[in-house]
Amino acid sequence: MDDNIITQLSIFVNNEPGRLAHIASVLRECGINMKAFNLAESTEFGILRAIVDNPDESYEKLKSAGVIVRKTDVIGILIQDTPGSLFQAADIMGKAGINIEYGYAYNGKAAGAFFIRVDDPEKAVKILKEAGIGLILDSEI
Amino acid sequence: MFWNPKIECMPTEDLKALQYRELKQLVNNLYSFNKFYHDRMVEHKVHPDDITCLKDIAKLPFMYKQDLRDNYPNKMFTVPNNEIVRYHVSSGTTGKPTLVGYTQNDLDYWTEALARSFTSIGIGPEDTMQVSYGYGLFTGGLGAHYGAEKIGATVLPASTGNTERQVELIQDLGVTAIACTPSYLIHLLDTARNMGVDIQRDTKLRKAVLGAEPWSESMRQHIESYGIRAYDIYGTSEQAGPMFTECEERNGIHICGDIMLVEIIDPDSGEVLEEGEKGEMVVTMLKKEAMPMIRYRIKDVTMLMEGECACGRTSPRIARISGRTDDMLIVRGINVFPSQIEYTLLQIPEVGDQYMIYVSREGALDEMTVQVEIRPEAFTDKMEDMLALRGRIEAALKKYLNIYVKVELKAPGELPRFTGKAKRVVDTRVI
Repeated sequence: MDDNIITQLSIFVNNEPGRLAHIASVLRECGINMKAFNLAESTEFGILRAIVDNPDESYEKLKSAGVIVRKTDVIGILIQDTPGSLFQAADIMGKAGINIEYGYAYNGKAAGAFFIRVDDPEKAVKILKEAGIGLILDSEI
Repeated sequence: MFWNPKIECMPTEDLKALQYRELKQLVNNLYSFNKFYHDRMVEHKVHPDDITCLKDIAKLPFMYKQDLRDNYPNKMFTVPNNEIVRYHVSSGTTGKPTLVGYTQNDLDYWTEALARSFTSIGIGPEDTMQVSYGYGLFTGGLGAHYGAEKIGATVLPASTGNTERQVELIQDLGVTAIACTPSYLIHLLDTARNMGVDIQRDTKLRKAVLGAEPWSESMRQHIESYGIRAYDIYGTSEQAGPMFTECEERNGIHICGDIMLVEIIDPDSGEVLEEGEKGEMVVTMLKKEAMPMIRYRIKDVTMLMEGECACGRTSPRIARISGRTDDMLIVRGINVFPSQIEYTLLQIPEVGDQYMIYVSREGALDEMTVQVEIRPEAFTDKMEDMLALRGRIEAALKKYLNIYVKVELKAPGELPRFTGKAKRVVDTRVI
């Protein structure tokens, strides 16, 4: 498997008091550690997207705990600590017609990264690499 | 004031004799010419000859809304298609709506009933009536419209919505009476106040004919604090549409006895109850041609009022409708059956079979929210997809129920499960 493609877990959360706490407690009981996460919300529900340790195993654990969860592919762009570094990556993908659906930041071990979900992750990896943009590897998270 | 004093003030015995003659003729006709009712009479082992007095009506079998659905669209019609001059459509319980057809005579009797009713509350040629019931498949708009034209009033067919404009028209055209749902009138009064319009000072609006949804004496008092006298109107599409109102006495709704025969029954045993006893109303339409109704279980709870009205009319009166014997909800004047919502949800593969219905009143207007559980396989991690799914469910409900319903997506297992009788409807409206 391509080490540039990172498996993310997406979880459906009802937007009611205590629901996020409930999901968080399930994650704790399952021994799942979140590296980075993002929460998108509408009025009555939200979608929690998380980068976790051992996503395949975590996915099975969450599923058997009755959580609505889905595996999705994202890529992580390494962000240099200089102005314009996100712009460069976004601009390359925009010109290549790749749509960024959403993204969120990761305060990595060595360098910061920006996880993005795009409509064509393989193509995104290819053109970003060709343009010399650094990508975080699954093994580096 | 009387529109048709001969009938409206007819001695009770004469009215009963008239009702018997009409009933006898109706039963003979249906037995001979209407397959549905003929078969049902045979099934119940009753023959037209068994009807020898008015009370014998109790020997006849009931008709139900389900019969209308089973015979959709027009298998209940007893006249050839070229004699049908109009259709109205209302909600059915599941799947198919209820279709009502009218001959010209059917429309004329509907209009006649409204002409008597409007006259009884002092509306006449000098009045300008704004009809703010919906025009279209719903019976309210066109029904009130023709009734008001019949008595020579000036009619403003405003229909619903665009409320600020409606307030302006009330001012500009000197509107004196309005026909609409009570909650819409309260919304209109709020809108007028926000526009700086004082109804009593700046308009001539003094009378309101209100129906199509349940309302109460406290709503009447609220409306009357604006100097508007409010009258209850009753009627369903199976009868024709809104037909009967209170008179100036406002002590019960006068039923035109020559047009509709009312019985009150015990909904469980089907036994006919006495005047003054509360039960389920059963109606027999004595003049209807296109789609006769004999002992139709209307499912509204009321009672026949005892004694004669001080207004001088001898026509029977029913009390304000106090409930339903089924689970029908009335939301913004539209009839909604929970079974319709269930049926709609069953057509949508992305949602499960559990649901909850919440009805509330925000200001003057009803709000309905339906909660559904999404199926795990329908979950994508894109908000856009989830909102599109929600939008599709809302559109399906809107299309089927004809009102906007807010939908909320829930995770599987989030909604209550019922072991006994399911309580899926939470109605928090205070009427």
